[in-house]
Amino acid sequence: MIKAILIFNNHGKSRLSMFYQPYSEDTQQQIIRETFHLVSKRDENVCNFLEGGLLIGGSDNELIYRHYATIYFVFCVDSSESEFGILDLIQVFVETLDKCFENVCELDLIFHVDKAGLVGAPARAVSAVKNMNLPEIPRNINIGDISIKVPNLPSFK
Amino acid sequence: MALKMVKGSIDRMFDKNLQDLVRGIRNHKEDEAKYISQCIDEIKQELKQDNIAVKANAVCKLTYLQMLGYDISWAAFNIIEVMSASKFTFKRIGYLAASQSFHEGTDVIMLTTNQIRKDLSSPSQYDTGVALTGLSCFVTPDLARDLANDIMTLMSHTKPYIRKKAVLIMYKVFLKYPESLRPAFPRLKEKLEDPDPGVQSAAVNVICELARRNPKNYLSLAPLFFKLMTSSTNNWVLIKIIKLFGALTPLEPRLGKKLIEPLTNLIHSTSAMSLLYECVNTVIAVLISLSSGMPNHSASIQLCVQKLRILIEDSDQNLKYLGLLAMSKILKTHPKSVQSHKDLILQCLDDKDESIRLRALDLLYGMVSKKNLMEIVKKLMTHVDKAEGTTYRDELLTKIIDICSQSNYQYITNFEWYISILVELTRLEGTRHGHLIAAQMLDVAIRVKAIRKFAVSQMSALLDSAHLLASSTQRNGICEVLYAAAWICGEFSEHLQEPHHTLEAMLRPKVTTLPGHIQAVYVQNVVKLYASILQQKEQAGEAEGAQAVTQLMVDRLPQFVQSADLEVQERASCILQLVKHIQKLQAKDVPVAEEVSALFAGELNPVAPKAQKKVPVPEGLDLDAWINEPLSDSESEDERPRAVFHEEEQRRPKHRPSEADEEELARRREARKQEQANNPFYIKSSPSPQKRYQDTPGVEHIPVVQIDLSVPLKVPGLPMSDQYVKLEEERRHRQKLEKDKRRKKRKEKEKKGKRRHSSLPTESDEDIAPAQQVDIITEEMPENALPSDEDDKDPNDPYRALDIDLDKPLADSEKLPIQKHRNAETSKSPEKDVPVVEKKSKKPKKKEKKHKEKERDKEKKKKEKEKKVRLDFWLSTTPPPAPAPAPAPVPSTEELSVNAVTAPKDEYEDAKTEVQGEEDDAEGQDQDKKSPKHKKKKHKKEKEERIKGKKKSKKQPPGSEEAAGEPVQNGAPEEEQLPPESSYSLLAENSYVKMACDIRGSLQEDSQVTVAIVLENRSSSILKGMELSVLDSLNARMARPQGSSVHDGVPVPFQLPPGVSNEAQYVFTIQSIVTAQKLKGTLSFIAKNDEGATHEKLDFRLHFSCSSYLITTPCYSDAFAKLLESGDLSMSSVKVDGIRMSFQNLLAKICFHHHFSVVERVDSCASMYSRSIQGHHVCLLVKKGENSVSVDGKCSDSTLLSSLLEEMKATLAKC
Repeated sequence: MIKAILIFNNHGKSRLSMFYQPYSEDTQQQIIRETFHLVSKRDENVCNFLEGGLLIGGSDNELIYRHYATIYFVFCVDSSESEFGILDLIQVFVETLDKCFENVCELDLIFHVDKAGLVGAPARAVSAVKNMNLPEIPRNINIGDISIKVPNLPSFK
Repeated sequence: MALKMVKGSIDRMFDKNLQDLVRGIRNHKEDEAKYISQCIDEIKQELKQDNIAVKANAVCKLTYLQMLGYDISWAAFNIIEVMSASKFTFKRIGYLAASQSFHEGTDVIMLTTNQIRKDLSSPSQYDTGVALTGLSCFVTPDLARDLANDIMTLMSHTKPYIRKKAVLIMYKVFLKYPESLRPAFPRLKEKLEDPDPGVQSAAVNVICELARRNPKNYLSLAPLFFKLMTSSTNNWVLIKIIKLFGALTPLEPRLGKKLIEPLTNLIHSTSAMSLLYECVNTVIAVLISLSSGMPNHSASIQLCVQKLRILIEDSDQNLKYLGLLAMSKILKTHPKSVQSHKDLILQCLDDKDESIRLRALDLLYGMVSKKNLMEIVKKLMTHVDKAEGTTYRDELLTKIIDICSQSNYQYITNFEWYISILVELTRLEGTRHGHLIAAQMLDVAIRVKAIRKFAVSQMSALLDSAHLLASSTQRNGICEVLYAAAWICGEFSEHLQEPHHTLEAMLRPKVTTLPGHIQAVYVQNVVKLYASILQQKEQAGEAEGAQAVTQLMVDRLPQFVQSADLEVQERASCILQLVKHIQKLQAKDVPVAEEVSALFAGELNPVAPKAQKKVPVPEGLDLDAWINEPLSDSESEDERPRAVFHEEEQRRPKHRPSEADEEELARRREARKQEQANNPFYIKSSPSPQKRYQDTPGVEHIPVVQIDLSVPLKVPGLPMSDQYVKLEEERRHRQKLEKDKRRKKRKEKEKKGKRRHSSLPTESDEDIAPAQQVDIITEEMPENALPSDEDDKDPNDPYRALDIDLDKPLADSEKLPIQKHRNAETSKSPEKDVPVVEKKSKKPKKKEKKHKEKERDKEKKKKEKEKKVRLDFWLSTTPPPAPAPAPAPVPSTEELSVNAVTAPKDEYEDAKTEVQGEEDDAEGQDQDKKSPKHKKKKHKKEKEERIKGKKKSKKQPPGSEEAAGEPVQNGAPEEEQLPPESSYSLLAENSYVKMACDIRGSLQEDSQVTVAIVLENRSSSILKGMELSVLDSLNARMARPQGSSVHDGVPVPFQLPPGVSNEAQYVFTIQSIVTAQKLKGTLSFIAKNDEGATHEKLDFRLHFSCSSYLITTPCYSDAFAKLLESGDLSMSSVKVDGIRMSFQNLLAKICFHHHFSVVERVDSCASMYSRSIQGHHVCLLVKKGENSVSVDGKCSDSTLLSSLLEEMKATLAKC
């Protein structure tokens, strides 16, 4: 299961966050801060996994992240998820955003939190992956090689 | 009104929308908090308006602020308002906000129940979808309980989009409301074979997630998953399944054997790294479960290790990381195969990525041997020096200690080396792990007697340079080492070379800057040192020297007396007085050394950390029992409180133990003494057996201390561990030479006939003799300590509640609470929804009930066995079954319990457990003494018949079914495929609408049935304002909302856009169920299209057949036999000619349409059972002749029976 999705920028400013376990706002911010400290210290060309287990839940958990330009996408998952799977999922998520905004950049995330996909996008990517067990979006992905086709998301409007 | 609207929308133009808010926040970088609080005030104003659009905008902004860390719980009610907006865009905002901010503590959450239910049954799939998505984030136990049934209905929605979400959310529901798992499980299992891959993978995910926590309950699904694994091409699903198998194999090693082959195939064939990785992981799990298993699996290990090596060698850091992770799993069981890749792993230690280095460290832990320990640790030490980050360095430090101390210092051959390593580690600056090093020093010094001398010399050197440690590293933990150093020097002061020097070092003024607990140890050990110096001096006759030492103590101790730390202060002042006293004695030339050292006589032994916990509770000691009888607080005493004492005194003499009691007491005292003697923790006045134990030959006779003289005993300054490595090599070389020599000699000896083990020519671990004859004192454990480790399961684990046996048949009481009536619902108080304990007005007679319980117990056992047998059977077939053709479509009944297709399964299982079953029968009969003899005979006859039948059925080997395909999971092997059937029958239809209905009884309400009506819009216009009016009869009445009259229609709670269908449920109360009846009704609605709206009507007749009052209830043959014997059933029969259908299908039809279950089937003869909602038992004997079928029925109500048989006749006639 995915326990939380955190999106923040190079300065640790939270852009979007979604927790699948109830935490108070303070704890949430605390978690985001600590995650940021863990992640930001790491070089570009190191592996994308981190044992940040104590942040959320037990030692079973790990952090899987990707860094695109100025934004970090961090997924906190437990051991039932495939590490590569989540990495690809992040990729799909970002590509979906890219489709929505054409050359997505941090400002898009800031200004269009509600637009076409955004409030939807996390919620939807998240719901699709809900619980967070992948199905919809990643269905078309061949996990091994990153030749990802982004499927059409059902349009709401 | 209109004005207000206009005003509202003008106001709105000036409201900030989300983008304005975001822009505003960016423009107020310096006073962000102030700006936001201002915005929140605005939002509060907006929320007060009536306009829903304004509210939605406000809630949208709040959601963003929540993500920035602001509490928005105060707006919970407004969020609910937005959730209930009819426009989807608003609704979505509402649900998003709810999913962000609602949790179990949100008190208004209970208000959402009806709204969510409405959205779930909304005709728009997106409304339903958004409700499901939102609900998944904030579902509470109450919501889960109330909505479980609605969600379960959605699991068979026509749209895969909804089905998928419904399946996924069921997982959350299970977590919150574990009771729902069993009723929902059959449908969940069905979804594993859903035509839509998305739904299928959702189901796989949910089951995997469930099975991960309680794997043993899902073992029976292994064949199904196995099939999926061999047939699926979806990597996501495969990964999940393979992960699941990884969790299952430890429980069933045979499963592992079956898995190895397909998994290795996958490893060879797949190009997806993620899948490869998971396969390797599961193969590893399998190999672990097989552990000592078969030799030919070394090939699989080799394959895994090879693949992992490829991963590790890859330039992609992620692959490298995971490769190492998996490697460490192999290491546990097959260290040898990993050790051959030592080079690679040592290489990873140099990696720039910290995570990878840490993984590599983990691996090293398992790779050390006596041979390479020094080398590896040396390498690690160089890393310690190089490491820049403190975290990583600390990690290295702990790893070094872990590696060296693992399994009782198994790999250490030279403890002097180890001590020098520890001493070197103390030079690390800023480590947090000083206490770890200290603990190791203490442990080694205490447990390895031979090393004490060396340790003491090192520790005194450390104490000497303590100022270095203490000054620069006051704040971090390295000074903890001084704790150990002081203690060791004090406790083993007899080994000190220059005790006086050390004593002075410990009394330096600088010491007072150390933390209190260390100072306390200093003070205590100063005395120990002092005692041993005194003794030395007195023995040597240097009275003046002794007095000088005492003077030193008297001079220096006051600095500790002034310490702020209480412990230090207390010890110091106590000791100061003691020393002053000694000084007086010394002045009088009284020899005191003896007495002073007597203070610290005796040796301390290491005690195992768990020893205290493991002390067994002595026999006869009940810790929960009252020591004194608690005062009874009877009423009389309450009334007369004063009398209590008086009476107490009077009573006492009565309670005084009699003489016999005194004897008993004496005996107990004796026993207690015995107990205490055996208890090492009990402080005794007599010489303890513990001490005596030390004197026993055991320990003393172990040859101790043969220190290799090639190692200098006193190392000037701090030692370098490196020199030990060199020395060690030399030593080993020498040893080898010697050994070779000895071997030659031995060979000569062998000629003389002395049998010895011929050692291998290569130098193996065992060949390396430790440098010192090391005697590791094992930690003490209390005698007869309990071997069991405590159960470390967390009682609060939410997953424990889901540890539910899924193979048990559903009990009636377990059905999910069904929403009875949408309209009636609202007027009910929420408590009424609580699934009540099964309520039965007509309870079976007591005896019967008792019997039932017994049966149930037996059934349970039997079932378990059967389950096992089935699985065993699957596991024992060696060839992996070919992908079988998709099993017959399961009729999509609304009833969840076992139906139609149970028959052959039961029989199949019966055959398997025949012997056991018979035993059970016999038992049952023995217990049932009341049964008359002739009935017994009859019963026996029946049984004989049954056995005969079984024997016949046995002739057809079950293996043949196996070969044909998979053992069918949700039913049984079917001979022929049944046509898909629906339990919904057509009610009425016209050009606008089609009505189909299904009538379901429920055992929870003995006179109510639920009528589910599916309305399908066939026209191109939208149908709304639908109302259902039914003319009640005397016998059957529709449950209407409170306050409405009999003639009012009941509204249908939804609208139907063109082409959409939806289901509405109505509850009817039936007085007598013995006869069938029909109710006339009318559906009125408004059909609206572009041209306008028309009122339309559709008449229908609701047919309550007697069968619809029956509820499929499983029954077992012995219970069935008992029931027939009881004799208070009336009998009737029918016969139908001209039936071509196979008996199998025939039975299925009866099961399906009339809600029966097959009790037993023998050839073309079957007994069936069902039960009415009012508790009538109905038993059938169905026999098939050449072209005819005869049905004999027995029932506690003859009218019901005859009506039922009539209905059945009609069904059969159609066949």
